[in-house]
Amino acid sequence: MSDRAWIGWPVYRQLTGDDKLARGKATRSAVTDRLEPRIKNVDRVAKSVCPYCAVGCGQNVYVSNEKVIQIEGDPDSPVSRGRLCPKGSASLQLTTGDAREYKVKYRRAYGTDWEDLDLDKAMDMIADRVIESRRRGWQQEVDGKKTRRTLGFASLGGATLDNEENYLLKKLFTALGAVQVENQARI
Amino acid sequence: MAEAHPVGFQWVMEAKKRGAKIIHVDPRFTRTSAHADVHVPIRAGADIAFVGGIINYVLTNEKYFRDYMLAYTNAATILTDEYADTEDLDGVFSGLDRERRVYEWDSWRYESDAVRPAAGERSPDLTGAQLLQVRRSGRGEAQGSGGAKAEPRPHTDPTLQHPRCVLQILKRHFARYTPQVVAEVAGVPEQLLRQVCELVTENSGPDRTTAFVYSLGWTQHTVGVQYIRTAAILQALLGNMGRPGGGIMALRGHASIQGSTDIPTLFDMLPGYLPMPHQYGNDNLDAYIAAETVEKGFWANTRDYMVSLLKAYWGDAATQDNDFCYGYLPRLTGSHSTYETVLEQLNGRCTGYFLLGQNPAVGSANARMQRLGMASLDWLVVRDFSLIESATWWQNGPEIETGELRTEEIKTEVFFLPAAAHTEKDGSFTNTQRMLQWHHTAVEPAGDSRSDLWFMFHLGRRIRQKLAEAGRGASAPPEGVASADEWNRPVLDLTWDYPVRGPLDEPAAEVVLAEINGWSSDGTPLSSYTQLNADGSTACGCWIYCGVYAGGVNQAARRKPGTEQNWVANEWGWAWPANRRVLYNRASADPDGRPWSQRKALVWWDAGQGKWTGHDVPDFIADRPPDYRPAEDATGVEAISGTDAFIMQADGKAWLFAPAGLVDGPLPAHYEPQESPFVNLLYGQQHNPVREIITHRDNRYQPSGAEPGSDVFPYVTTTYRLTEHHTAGGMSRFLPYLAELQPAFFCEVSPELAAERGLEHAGWATIVTARSAIEARVLVTERMRPLQVGGRVVHQVGLPWHWGPNGLTTGDAANELVHLSLDPNVHIQEDKAMACDIRAGRRPRGPALRDLVREYQQRAGITAQTGTEE
Repeated sequence: MSDRAWIGWPVYRQLTGDDKLARGKATRSAVTDRLEPRIKNVDRVAKSVCPYCAVGCGQNVYVSNEKVIQIEGDPDSPVSRGRLCPKGSASLQLTTGDAREYKVKYRRAYGTDWEDLDLDKAMDMIADRVIESRRRGWQQEVDGKKTRRTLGFASLGGATLDNEENYLLKKLFTALGAVQVENQARI
Repeated sequence: MAEAHPVGFQWVMEAKKRGAKIIHVDPRFTRTSAHADVHVPIRAGADIAFVGGIINYVLTNEKYFRDYMLAYTNAATILTDEYADTEDLDGVFSGLDRERRVYEWDSWRYESDAVRPAAGERSPDLTGAQLLQVRRSGRGEAQGSGGAKAEPRPHTDPTLQHPRCVLQILKRHFARYTPQVVAEVAGVPEQLLRQVCELVTENSGPDRTTAFVYSLGWTQHTVGVQYIRTAAILQALLGNMGRPGGGIMALRGHASIQGSTDIPTLFDMLPGYLPMPHQYGNDNLDAYIAAETVEKGFWANTRDYMVSLLKAYWGDAATQDNDFCYGYLPRLTGSHSTYETVLEQLNGRCTGYFLLGQNPAVGSANARMQRLGMASLDWLVVRDFSLIESATWWQNGPEIETGELRTEEIKTEVFFLPAAAHTEKDGSFTNTQRMLQWHHTAVEPAGDSRSDLWFMFHLGRRIRQKLAEAGRGASAPPEGVASADEWNRPVLDLTWDYPVRGPLDEPAAEVVLAEINGWSSDGTPLSSYTQLNADGSTACGCWIYCGVYAGGVNQAARRKPGTEQNWVANEWGWAWPANRRVLYNRASADPDGRPWSQRKALVWWDAGQGKWTGHDVPDFIADRPPDYRPAEDATGVEAISGTDAFIMQADGKAWLFAPAGLVDGPLPAHYEPQESPFVNLLYGQQHNPVREIITHRDNRYQPSGAEPGSDVFPYVTTTYRLTEHHTAGGMSRFLPYLAELQPAFFCEVSPELAAERGLEHAGWATIVTARSAIEARVLVTERMRPLQVGGRVVHQVGLPWHWGPNGLTTGDAANELVHLSLDPNVHIQEDKAMACDIRAGRRPRGPALRDLVREYQQRAGITAQTGTEE
């Protein structure tokens, strides 16, 4: 170290310069100057909306190498002006964290543990079960009046789904004759 | 609001910076109270008494906004002499059929010259039991956006002196809500009520507006709808509706819970608040339209909306000759709400269940009953991010621990399908202000995870394929059905040809949005619901969303920065209807079309241009002048006068008195919750007499008020959310950040209650109701304040409801305690005001848990009849 290296120390610059509280340039270093936000060189930014409550805060979703690497508040949003709450700020962990499952799991009747199941096979089994429950719970009439419906299966959920998803859900299940279609708005 | 909708609360803070006063009414002192000018601790379950006290103040001191009230509300409307009020009948309204627990609402109507059918507004030949069925099927809710029937041209008295005019009825009705009574019932001292009354009324009028904000603290009651009605009466009296800075804002709790109400995954409605057909009175399209259409206003066009929906569902198969396939729709016979569904599961009729981003095993009321329902199923499909409790109850649920269920004896097949996140799919959310915002795919979902759009589309595709083959004997039709073809035609005729993209065959969400928006017969996207026709020439999946794809452009994806627009910012996203941001904003101008004040200008009549204009999209017929008066025989939209600011209402007015649309009374009245330590001090009637009761051995109710045994449950308890968790925890308890921020289930109690029951801060407490007992860490805090109610001290226990056995932070679910006694309009349960006991220490393990609950039931003398009386 040269004998005057301490002139570059932050404390020296704080004491001798005009940044007495060391909140600005006194604390800057070459390392500071090299720092870049992790979102600077991403491949793309997808415009999005927070998936938690219904305020509808804007989110910017940053993608690098086909992975979401950061989610931040969208400053353009007139709803949220770039802010996110603790939940919205945890969106990256929600969408990319360890808690997410990526494989279909199946528990057979009277089974004591999960088993693996192919997605295509699962879809086929579910379709069969819908058809059978629809048939068994069918009520063409109730008290002599036409009802043309089934009480054989039900669904619960929709408040976290997109409008387009709810639309297909209601359309399909109504055509199948199901009336027990509900979501969190009831609760 | 600062707790559960923190980013929305920034606007409250902005208002405060400009001098607004913030009043926070809550049993607890929260992060919202910390920023408020006034905190009003209230006894949970007493809000109608509290707000009724403010209404009484407004009426007694003539603090209403007289010009607004006279022009835009039904204050001057005269009722028939058949109407009898709670004042006349000691707490109930005329028309109560006590035996069937239902109101006949024919006497709650306006006096007019119109000739009416003798009885029953829909089908005069309905029996009492049939009427009850129709009432139970959610008619009031479907009419929530204004379709309730009322005389379009009632008699009025503009001097407001007629003894049967609405204002005089209101004065009599609310006269007993005096400051002394409010203090006794709600625990709000007289001087505090006075302060609130003065703040609210001083801040209302031509130059100023006051807003009300509520959440589930108001909806989850056996009188939940009437809570909001009480605020609606106050806000209409004060002229705070349809004006900037005014209104009654429901802060909803899920990203698209508004959307899932508009495009309802709800049993009683079709898209756009069209009622689901009922078994009675809706036999064919004509009968349905006759029963569900009003004479005046935009609901007069119900046939346009309905036929366009049927065309969107069934396309070319829907023709004039076959009633546009109306007969394909299933029929209701009463309530088929999620709670009745649990009963259908327990009785074996409902054998299959889809859970789509929902966790009833801990997130629905009477959680144990929810799990027992699921244990009675043949199959269950759970689509979620993580292994939530609704996916694993057969493995580690509380009933495995108590020995009520044994894993190897549970027949239910469970399919867990991983869901795609919002970053992995295109689609729109509708936020709490009715605004649709599009989110774009950032990356493709990994592994087996898929969007619900993918799941529904491909499930439908497979089912249709299998049913098409059913003619070859794969699946015989059920009994009573003539042929497989008749049975399956609605599924096979469904338009289901959505294009797919990418490696996963993901359906194109924008094509679904275009169908929701609607198109003309040549496929041109529609731009407004006024273009819809009843002749089959238009298709529209949700009439109130018509315009979201105007010009073939995804209007929900608009993102012009807020800083580059005016304060209304209506080039960001798209709000229904017609991109209007403030509903009924015609009321922001006076009857002559001029803003009530420059300070509160929003829209106004531009005589030069001959049209309405302003900062927002006017919520009125664009070129209808303020002095327009309809002809005597005008109907539909033509019948809306130039001053009928409330264009969806059958009489064009805001309803101080609701002549239709509610099943439990035209005016709010304070009733005690289903379970309350207090007798009703306002009326001889203890509970809402037509609340919905579900009698079941797993849903026992507690005695209330003066009934023997009610002292076994002497405390009031209420549930709520924390900033750091979300609903039943599926999107928060599994995340390290959020689990660390709020690491344990706790109960909030006052130091006085802690002393009374020997509870230690950071120790354990057990909370008991007639359904179950749960344990929680004790948080002793002065944020909970004992209140003086009914001449004695009452303690309240606060319970955040986010917990369950799975995830990184675990704990008992508050929903174990909750009963199923429901608001009769909307079938919502009463989490927000219950009675409980609390004791020091942890709850028993194993079978001893149920023994403890049984011991409490016996001590309180609980039988199947307890709490079921009207």
